[in-house]
Amino acid sequence: MTATTGHRTVEHLDRGPLDRNELAAVIARDIPAGSYVNLGIGQPTLVADHLAPEAGVVLHTENGMLGMGGAASGDDVDPDLINAGKVPVTEPPGASYFHHADSFAMMRGGHLDVCVLGAFQVSRDGDLANWHTGAPDAIPAVGGAMDLAIGAKSVFVMMNLFAKDGTAKIVPTCTYPLTGLRCVRRVYTEHAVFDIDSDAVRVRDTFGISVADLRARMAIELS
Amino acid sequence: MSRTTICDDAAEAVAGIDDGATVLVGGFGMAGMPTRLIDALIEQGATDLTIVSNNAGNGDTGLAALLAAGRVRKVICSYPRQSDSYVFDGLYRADKIALEVVPQGNLAERMRAAGAGIGAFFCPTGVGTPLADGKEARTIDGRDYVLEYPIRGDVALIGAHIGDRAGNLVYRKTARNFGPVMATAARLTIAEVSRVVDVGDIDPETVVTPGIYVDRILEVKP
Repeated sequence: MTATTGHRTVEHLDRGPLDRNELAAVIARDIPAGSYVNLGIGQPTLVADHLAPEAGVVLHTENGMLGMGGAASGDDVDPDLINAGKVPVTEPPGASYFHHADSFAMMRGGHLDVCVLGAFQVSRDGDLANWHTGAPDAIPAVGGAMDLAIGAKSVFVMMNLFAKDGTAKIVPTCTYPLTGLRCVRRVYTEHAVFDIDSDAVRVRDTFGISVADLRARMAIELS
Repeated sequence: MSRTTICDDAAEAVAGIDDGATVLVGGFGMAGMPTRLIDALIEQGATDLTIVSNNAGNGDTGLAALLAAGRVRKVICSYPRQSDSYVFDGLYRADKIALEVVPQGNLAERMRAAGAGIGAFFCPTGVGTPLADGKEARTIDGRDYVLEYPIRGDVALIGAHIGDRAGNLVYRKTARNFGPVMATAARLTIAEVSRVVDVGDIDPETVVTPGIYVDRILEVKP
């Protein structure tokens, strides 16, 4: 790996796209030591496995805990101790519990440094769509996605770059119902990492694809 | 003498819940879910209910059983759709139940507002999304907000860990979730606890829900 400085793009062409764990490791490396972090349900939870213990990153789970530990197994499973995905977790030293209104006040009040969310689409302006496909027979369910999108100081998205039909999921304008406006700071995908800046979408790194090839497959301008 | 009643059985705990009531139901998944009280509400028979809870029932038991019994007119929740929410899914698709989806933090804060005497509040969550459609908007110090109104319950059914005879409650781990907020937001708050202790047996410094918010307690030994 080569370090990225400023907005110079680093093309990693000696390898293929990142697998899920490699992508999680890239995100984990970008989370500053000592950050308070919320990892969304699904793929983003993988990031926890790649956080170095010495970095002192504190995990928040919106159902009411700071300093959440890893997944519980065997005798450690306690039905009263679960994460937002309803998976049993552990209680390391330093953990704390609080009720739901406090948990979301913590989020909405701008006290969390980073959250990592999945997405259906992200627009070039940083609009996020990740809660509803808008299909007429779909049952809408939002959970804490809208609260996280506007609450955390930095919103990172972790997703596959391309949809099943081959089109890029970073789009000029979201066609799915929105979760939040202009809230995404950075998008991590298996092919590339993007900064969503106010004036442009900048490519930080690519993995197994050149910026030129990326441009050819995306409907937005890349800097 | 405390105004909190320690109930002898579940039927006493849910007595007097009327048809058409709005019932706040605690729990996140099964953690903090007052399952015995929900079963008692099914037996009690109240119908045409509005249920406010994070989810809309799992499997065939608890809230899902209340829904399956046809007692619920409307669900207000943040996340109805789950891998095992087939009872709700079936009712919703058959147009037999109304749904109001509320962002999870708004659900909590709207109940907090109800319990705290707040008339409404400007909140940044959901601005620019379909869930803000039709809501009053305002820009304050350059940030956009929408007006959110309180959610009041006629009844709250919550789960807690230990209650004393004065109604003070402590919770256990993430089972705390909506309990302390819902306890403040309803006219009648009923708590299911795993143990009832005498007054003085809970350190006042550790009380999470003061007894003023708790009307009835039912002990359900785990």
